[in-house]
Formats: sequence, structure tokens, C-alpha cells
Amino acid sequence: MPHTGRPLMPERLVVIGAGMASGRMLEHLTEADPDAYDITLLNAEPRGAYNRILLSPVLAGEKTFGDIVNHDADWYAARGIITRFGERATAIDRAAKVVRAPGGDLAYDKLVLATGSDPFMLPLPGADLDGVISYRDIEDTTRMMAIEPGQSVVVIGGGLLGLEAAAGLAVRGADVTVVHLMGHLMERQLDAEAGGMLRASLEARGITVLCDAASDRIIGEGGRVTGLVLKEGQVLDCALLVMAVGIRPAVALAQDAGLSVGRAVIVDDQLRASDPDILAIGECVEHRGTLFGLVAPLYEQAKVAADTLLGRAAAYVQKSLSTKLKVTGCDLFSAGDFSDAPGRESLFYRDPRHGSYKRLVLDGDRLVGAVMYGDTTDGNWFFDLIASRASVAPMRETLIFGPAYASEAGALSRCSIAA
Amino acid sequence: MDGSASGSVQQTRRSTCPYCGVGCGVLLTPDGVGGVMVKGDPDHPANFGKLCSKGSALGETVGLGHRITAPRIGGVETSWDEALQLVADRFSQTVAEHGPDAAAFYVSGQLLTEDYYVANKLIKGFIGTANIDTNSRLCMASTVAGHKRAFGTDTVPGTYEDLDEADLVVLVGSNLAWCHPILHQRVLKAKESRGTKLVVIDPRRTASCDAADLHLALAPGSDVALFNHLLTEAAVRGVVDPAYLQNTNGFEAALQAAQADDVSVTGLTPGDLDAFVELWCGTKKVVTVFSQGVNQSTSGADKVNAILNCHLATGRIGTPGCGPLSVTGQPNAMGGREVGGLANMLACHMDLENAAHRNAVRDFWQAPQMPDAAGLKAVDMFRAVGDGRIKALWIIHTNPAVSMPDADAVRDAIEGCDFVVVSDVTGATDTARLADVLLPAAAWAEKDGSVTNTDRTISRQRAVLPAPGHARPDWDILAEVGRRMGWHDAFNYANPSEIFREHAALSGIAGGFGRDFDISGLSDLSESEYEAMEPMRWPVSGHRKGGRFFADGKFYHKDGKARLLPVAYKPPAAKQSRRYPFVLNTGRVRDQWHTMTRTALSPKLSSHLAEPYLDIHPADAEALGLKPADLVEVKSPEGTAILRARATKDVPQGQVFAPMHWTGETAPSARIDALVAAQTDPVSGQPESKAAVVSVKKYAATWYGFAVSAEMPTPESSYWARMRTVAGWRTELAGKTAVADWETAARDLFGLPRADVIAFSDLGRGTARLAFHYGGQLLAALFVASEPVAVMRDYLASRPGQPTDAILVGRTPADVPDPGPVLCSCFGVGVNTIARAIEDRGLASVDQIGTALRAGTNCGSCRPELADLLATLRAPKAAE
Repeated sequence: MPHTGRPLMPERLVVIGAGMASGRMLEHLTEADPDAYDITLLNAEPRGAYNRILLSPVLAGEKTFGDIVNHDADWYAARGIITRFGERATAIDRAAKVVRAPGGDLAYDKLVLATGSDPFMLPLPGADLDGVISYRDIEDTTRMMAIEPGQSVVVIGGGLLGLEAAAGLAVRGADVTVVHLMGHLMERQLDAEAGGMLRASLEARGITVLCDAASDRIIGEGGRVTGLVLKEGQVLDCALLVMAVGIRPAVALAQDAGLSVGRAVIVDDQLRASDPDILAIGECVEHRGTLFGLVAPLYEQAKVAADTLLGRAAAYVQKSLSTKLKVTGCDLFSAGDFSDAPGRESLFYRDPRHGSYKRLVLDGDRLVGAVMYGDTTDGNWFFDLIASRASVAPMRETLIFGPAYASEAGALSRCSIAA
Repeated sequence: MDGSASGSVQQTRRSTCPYCGVGCGVLLTPDGVGGVMVKGDPDHPANFGKLCSKGSALGETVGLGHRITAPRIGGVETSWDEALQLVADRFSQTVAEHGPDAAAFYVSGQLLTEDYYVANKLIKGFIGTANIDTNSRLCMASTVAGHKRAFGTDTVPGTYEDLDEADLVVLVGSNLAWCHPILHQRVLKAKESRGTKLVVIDPRRTASCDAADLHLALAPGSDVALFNHLLTEAAVRGVVDPAYLQNTNGFEAALQAAQADDVSVTGLTPGDLDAFVELWCGTKKVVTVFSQGVNQSTSGADKVNAILNCHLATGRIGTPGCGPLSVTGQPNAMGGREVGGLANMLACHMDLENAAHRNAVRDFWQAPQMPDAAGLKAVDMFRAVGDGRIKALWIIHTNPAVSMPDADAVRDAIEGCDFVVVSDVTGATDTARLADVLLPAAAWAEKDGSVTNTDRTISRQRAVLPAPGHARPDWDILAEVGRRMGWHDAFNYANPSEIFREHAALSGIAGGFGRDFDISGLSDLSESEYEAMEPMRWPVSGHRKGGRFFADGKFYHKDGKARLLPVAYKPPAAKQSRRYPFVLNTGRVRDQWHTMTRTALSPKLSSHLAEPYLDIHPADAEALGLKPADLVEVKSPEGTAILRARATKDVPQGQVFAPMHWTGETAPSARIDALVAAQTDPVSGQPESKAAVVSVKKYAATWYGFAVSAEMPTPESSYWARMRTVAGWRTELAGKTAVADWETAARDLFGLPRADVIAFSDLGRGTARLAFHYGGQLLAALFVASEPVAVMRDYLASRPGQPTDAILVGRTPADVPDPGPVLCSCFGVGVNTIARAIEDRGLASVDQIGTALRAGTNCGSCRPELADLLATLRAPKAAE
């Protein structure tokens, strides 16, 4: 049914996945033009969009599930969105423009893939034992919240997710051991020194941290996990084993449908997959070779995808990313690239007594990386400086002390260079 | 006298300021907890209640932190009995084995007249050598010689009132505004009240020039040629006074010599020369004030006589508003001259070489032996110490290891001497560190006695504080050594007034010989009369009291006439060359005095100019590739110094200027007198301290540092300068050797091995900043950079003891203004504060600044700088 401008009849939009990207896209779309599409939403999880990144506060008992739900059934209903929760799409017939699903096929004019990602599970012997879980959704979180004080838990993975899980479990009284393959925690976001401070702060909460520790196999009794055996042979008993070693984009549907897929579904700047009627957003997409795991770019994509669906010109532009660990009392901030390289210089600020550490990495006159531990107040300011790619040379001397001093015009002229 | 002091605690007593030769009266009120409140004495004829910045801050210098309180032998505390017996024995033994001339005293214009008298009596009358000289040699000797050659005695003819009554005041080699501020204010007052004209003759543009009608930046050392030109012109313009010339000899010869001289060596323009001659010849009431710029020269005595010639030839001497006025650098340089505390004097202005004088004094003292020839003057004395001719040396209240020319050689000579006694209030001087026996003397506020100022006014100094520990007054120490050497009766004094009466009585004998110094009218003062003695100008005798000299044409040469001397310009001894292209002028800064052993105790005073520096003309600085605040290495044939360069047009091209105050205690690389050759005036023996030749090049530091700390830091870098602040200390540092671990270096510098640290580093830029704290309270901070460190120094200096906050930023928070370097010491007003007020509130005059900020309203020493600041800020931007 060819048409120009607004169609006579609303087109049919099918959305697969009700995660954070999906939810945000539907907000934009329905706010901009409630009648643009007849929308059907399929979701494997038996619920609508909730704020996955707030699972950690829930685990830590600082929030309830209710607090983190973005869109409940009523919200979708109010916008005339047909929801089929708990139902996993099985195939896409692009020729027929139909999505196949257990509850009946769905014809579409436009299709949005928001299938997100699946936690990566190490293929260890015993990985299928009961009590070996990932840290991805409400179900995982519920399992962890059921842990009894004093029970042992092993968390494999000393990245963001693993540490949030570990901290949350520790708050619940569990005896937690973090097993990390690399030399220091969060090595992708922190340098060794900040990683060390983080480790100290976690250990102060009673968490045991093992770095340079490779897992060998998982052991159990009667189908239930009882422990993890490390390569060196050390045995860590546990009643629950959480794997937080990364995620894998969920691309099976797309692959089967013959869409071009690299490490994830390849999209253009309008978030269109190799089939112009199919868009993809969130953790399941690969844009210009990059994958996405943090919330900020997902929201950006949601906005662009909505515009694309509305026939508005819009383009997704990647921005550099910053990380915050959501563990109360461990304030750390990491942005940009702080690997050593020729032409790079680092500024350091250390205040051990107050557990504060800052490192800024300059490449020539530009700020390219920032790591902070303890006092992260100026994080977003540094983040913006990294993103803007502006020269920081004029304020290099006071840069690390934050915006309060950078903005002060002529301050240097008020300095004396001799008594 | 300790008793009298402690008995009078809380009660205000009249005394005298211990700094320069103006001799201002002060009112001292002990605060009962060891301190003293200081105010100007409204009834003192020198200052009528005013005080300069140094005098106003005296209260900050009476602390006991730096004092020694017990005698020390080889650095170990001991009893007076042991120490003085050792001193007596070693001096007796030295005289016995090597003769009297193997002994020497090097004393100070800071001694009270009574101390001075006993020292002179002991060495000249009893030890039997004339080897006593004083730091007045570095200050006054050329004037003494000039006076004696012209007048037949060392007499200052005029009085301070002449400054009030003159229509023209000429400053020659005197930065009166900074070195004698109270006299300068009298001149400024006269300017206002009667339009007195002011001429400044100085190679350098000084603060005194701010109020000058004419500044003659003559070539260094060319004063003789200038005043010869003046004499010649005076003759031409018919202002010579034939009647008065009847009282003089040598006019013709002097005039011929003057006419033969070539004024072009002064480098002054004909226009400037005419303007000066016009003013001088056209103004009857003229006072020519001269000081170190004249005295500290290889032709110092000739310069003095060139000036005196002009006043004698025109009869402009001894009448109100007329005459030459030598201003002295020390509180009692004049007293020292009166008692004869110089190698070429006897006592009471009597002459060593005069047999009649000698016999009279010998009889009066009942002296066993007395030298009949002059002893060694300062420079020769330390040469004799160096080559072993002098084997026992007693140094009292002065710091020759810093203040003498060729200071490094002098330091080594003292170190190598067989037996060195040092009397001082502190052990922390470059010289005291070299003593075999170190004797703790009572300090200024603890001593009773008298001093004589520049215009012959004798004032009492009175004790208001008890001497700490075992410290004793100098007359008492010297007298006991005299007794222990076997002369009990001659040195059996109970108190200073006995000594004063003896001195006064001896002066009567001098008077009998027709000498000028006669205070015999005071020889029978009672104890209470001495205690209550008002400031009075000598002479004080049966037939004469105070007043001026020489209006009557009566002089002290045999024929009763004055002498005009034929003098000719002689260039300074040191010659500029390709290797040493600059002439080094030395001098003083406003808020420091001599080697800072006292003024550096005052945070107020130390904030005015907190670092030794070298003034250099901008064109020379550019030619040398100097950037602002670079350090420079200054080399002379005698030594090397490292100083902070300040490009300023105050110094002409080819000349540089450096202050002479800094020492091994405050800035070891800035001991300026280490660069000065031991060239002396053949007549006066005074060294040429203001015309050394030097080379200047950038000091290639690889790092620069600025530190603030609550406790005194102990730097070891090749350059450092350490000064007091209210909160503790501020230190400038620099070095050539790279430092690998700044935290360790800083912990050593501050002596803080375990304090908590906050650190910022930008190694790519060579930047390191460290703050040490205890519980968040700042103990010390160090700022290091590869360039001169750019931070808000005066703000940082105020931080020790405060919360660390964002100290490492090195700046005030955006909302807190930075006061900048203190310009007004009395009220601690910073230059930024004043500049802001001038711009924001449109202040247009020094008085308006005073009303708005109080700056300049107490001692007034900073008023010239305030005027200067106003001028710069009000100048059109284009001019900047």
C-alpha cells in the first residue's frame, strides 16, 4: 500500500521486546503522534518495561520492584498498545511481513527489534546446576533476595554488574566472594589504583575479592550447586553462584530472518536494519561496529527510532560514555579512554585520608579519559569536556579541581610568580 | 636592672627605637606576658610621636624564641663563671704571648654609649691596643673623616629642625623615604607647609624620588665631580660668602681643583645640571643630606668634603635651615664616635695620635698601657684575623660574616681564628655560629643606658622587660672580663649611670682641650636624674648647651679655622669589563634593617618584600633573555649570588641593584656582600659597598618551588629564601637537580615524616603540589613547577593552621579576593586591595586611600609607594 506523507489508515507496528529502549521509544512515538501506528508489543518477560539498571538498589533493599517499573499494563492500554507479555516471538517472515509467535502471527508494516541481550554464561562443567544464575532480570534478583544471612555466595565477574550483585548480597548478610579473571576490578573502567581502592572498600564490607582467579568447574549435590573450583584447585563453597561475566546481544531472530548481523544486528544512523521496514534498538544492535550496554545510548536510539518511524529526519550519533557504579558508599566515576599511549599524559589527585582519587588523561590538549574514586562530584563536567573534544590547555593547571576554578577568568593574572 | 624592669611591668616608660640613626623616642608598655606595646613618644624631638613601619612593629621582635639564655662554650651551655674566666684568660694569654695587637674587638653601633665606653676603655686603656673597630666603619667612617678634615673634629653642625626650616633639601646617596622615613616625612611636611624643594641625587630611582622636584641619576661614584661643578658655579654666580671664608683655609685650592674636574663624568644632561645649580645657588636655606651612597665609597671622604666645601664656601652652615646633614644608619653610631669606639679615635673626640690627649685620658683612666697609633680598621682587622696576626677576637652585636665586603673571606677568617667570642641576643646569626664562646646579652627592651642620634640628641634607653635566663647587659659582661683580667677598680661599675657620669666627666677634659664633645654638665647627675633624663642635644657644658655649630666660624683645627679640601673625582675601584659588564649597587628595603636578625622576626615587616631580588633595566633583562620572575646568577670576582630578577626602569641600563639584608639564615644564596670587593677609602677605611662589578645570567633552574608552613622549614636546594608570616613561614625555592620523589622531598623540607598528605601531580608539566595536614588542618604545602610558580602567595601564606580546603589549587576560591603583597605594613593592607579600591571607589589621592583603607595613616612609610601605585593606575592605558 504505497503512500506519501501521512497514511490514510494507521500502519501496523510490531515491537519485539519491552525493555528500557523499547519503553522509551514507545513514549516518544505515542507522545509525538498517538495515531501514527497500531502497535503490538511482544515481550518474553511476563511484564512491561522496568528500569533494569535499578535492580541493584532493589537487591540492596533500597528500592522495591514497584519503584522501578516504568510502564505497567495500564500505561500501554492507555495508549492503545496491545501487549502480549510472556510470549516469545519465534520467527520473522520478511517476505510476508509477519512475525510468528505462539499466540498467533502478527502482520506488520514496520517492525522494531528490541530483543536486548542475554547474559553470557561461562560454559563451565556444572553451569546447568540449580542455583547457578545470571544477573539480568527480576527473576535473578528474586533468587538472590531469597538468600539467607550467613549463606555463601560466589559471584563470577568483577565488573559493574557483578560488583553490584556482590554488594547487594553482602547487604543481605550473605558471605560473598567475588572471583575475577583480571588483575584488578572493573579493569575496563578503572585503572589499577582506583580498582585497588574499590577493592579495599568492598573488602571493608566483608566481601572477599579474588583477582587473577580463573574458574575451572562448578560442583554440586543432587542437582544443586555447592561450590566453585578454581584453576589453582581452591574450592569456594556456595549456595548460590552468580555469573556476571558479560552479555550477548540476542540476535537469533534477526539471524534466522536473514538480516545482516555482525556481533549484533547491524543498523544505519536511522537505526534501520538491512531491511528498511525493520528497525533495531538497544543492546541487540551494532552501530558502526559498536555494541551498547549502558542506558544513555539506548535512550538516544529510542528517540531516533521513533523519529524514523514517524518519517522525520533523524540520525543517531554515538557519544562517549561514562560509568557509575551503583553501590552505595563506593562513589566511582569513569569516562572515556585512559589506556596509556604515546602523547598521553595523566594528571593525578590523591587524598588517601578521604579515600579520594582522580586521574585525568590528556591526549595533547584534549581530555580523553577520567577516572575518579571517592569524590565524583565533577564527573559530568569532565564527561562533557571529553565529549566536546575542546582544548583544555588553558585550564590544565586547575582542571582537576573542577569547574569552580576553570571558569574564573583572569585568575592566573592575580597570581604572583615571585614574592 | 632586671629588677628595675620587672618592677616596672605594666607601666609605660620612655625609651628609644633601636633601628636607624634618627633615634626616635618610643613609649613602651609591657603587656605583662613578655610582650611590649610600642607607640611613638609625642614629646621626643626626633619624631614627635611618629614611628616608621620598623619602629611600629618593634613589639613583634621582643619574643624570646630566638634568644640564647646561657653562655655557651663550643656550643655547650655553661656558667658565666666558666665562660668569662675563659674569655679573660685567653685574652690575657694572647696579650702575654703575642702582644696587645694580637687582640681585637669588633663592635657595633647598636651598643649603648655606656657599653661602648667600657669596651673602648678596656681595649685601648688596659688590653693596650687600638684594635677596636665597629660596624659604623661600614656606615659612617667617611663622614667622620670628612668632618675631621673640614672641621677639625667629627661634628654634625646642624639639627633636624633645619629640615623643617630649609627651602631646599638635597638628598645625596640617601633613600631617606625608606631608610630614615621619619626624617623624610619632616621633609614632606616642609614641602607642604613652605614649599621646600627636594632634589634627589642617586644613580637609582628610589621611593625618595616620588616627591622630588628633581632627580639626578648620576653615574655611580661621580658625586665629587658634581659638587665640584656646584662649587665652581657658586663662585661664578657670586654666591660664595667672602666674609665667612675668613673663617676657613683652602678655598682657592679647592676651587682650582673643582674647576679642573670634569662634570661630564656624571653623565647628567646640561639641563639637569643647570636646574640643580640654579636651585642650590638660588636658595639660601639649603640642607644637603648625605648617607651611605656617599660614605660607602673608595672616595667617600672626598665626597663628604666636596659637599662640605660648598656649604663652607657659601657660609650656609650652622644657621637655621642651612648645612650639611649626615644621616647615620645605626641607633648609636654617634655614641660610638663620642666614646671613641673606632680604631683611629681615642675618646670624647680626642685624638689617639695627640700625646696631650693621650696622657690626659691615661691619667683619667689610670690606664697601665695605651697605644699611640691607630689600630686596624674593619677591613684590615679581618684581614689580620685571616692571616693570624689577630688571635683573639671579640665580636659584639654585629654580623660581619654577612655585612662585611668579601663576606665569604671574612666568614672563613673568623672560622679560622684561634679564639672568637661573640656577644649577641641570638645564636642564629652567620657570625654567632662561628663563636668559640657565645655570650647571651640582654636585648634592647631589657637594657638601660643612652644613645646619641644623628643630630647629637642623647636619649635614654630604658628597660621594660626582664632579660631572659642568664642574659646580661654588655657593660656588665665587659666590665667583669676587665675585672677578671686584673683591673678591678677600673671596671668596678654597679650600673650604667656610673659609667655615664665617668664618660661625661672625661668629656669635660676633652672640653678643656677645646673639643666639641663636652657633656661635663651631666657628670654629676644623680641616680634619679639619670633615670629621668630628658632627650638633650650635646654639648652640655658650663658654657654651652645644644644648638648648632659653626655659625660663629669657630672650628677645631689648631688655627680655629675650617678647611676646604681640594678634591678630584676618582672612579670606583672596580672596573666594568666584558666579563663583568654591570655595576652592582646595594642598599636597603623599607621594612628590613641590616641583616634582619630582628626585623625578620616580624611577620608584618617580612611581608613587604619577602624575597631577595635584583633590579635590572628592562632592556638589559631582555638582552639577557630574562622572563619575569626568573632567577639570575650574579657573579663578581669575589663571589656569586642567586637572586630573583625584577625588570624595572628604576635602575639605569648597565646597573643593577640588590638589597643587602639577606643572610645564611634567610637566603644563603643572596649574601650580597659576598660579591663586594674589600676596596676601601684610603682616608676613612670605609669599604666601597655600592660599586662592585658583576655579570648577570639566567639561573637555569629545572624546578621552582613555593612553600608555606606553620613550622620553620629546612630547605637544602641551591636557591631558597625563607620569611616569617603571621601563620608561620613562606619559602621560595629553586634547584637544578631533578627531584624524583616530591613527597619524600617535601616531608624532609617540612620535617613531617608521618602527616597526612594530599597530592596533585602533572608530571608532563613538571608540576607537583603537596599539602600536609593533621585532621584536615593544614600544616604545610609545597607548590612545584618547571616555571616560576604562579600561585596566590599571600593567600596561601595565610593558610597554615586553617582547613586544607582546596589549598592545592593555589588560589583563593572564586568568591574570595586576594589581598596581594602587603604594601602598608602597619595595617597589613595588600596592594590588590588598594588597587581595587582605587579603581572601584575612584580614589584620587594618598589621603583618600588612607580614609578608605587606613593604609599609610600610621607610620606613613608606604605613602611614596601609594603615590606611585595611584600614578600607575591613573595613567592612561595606552601608557602601559
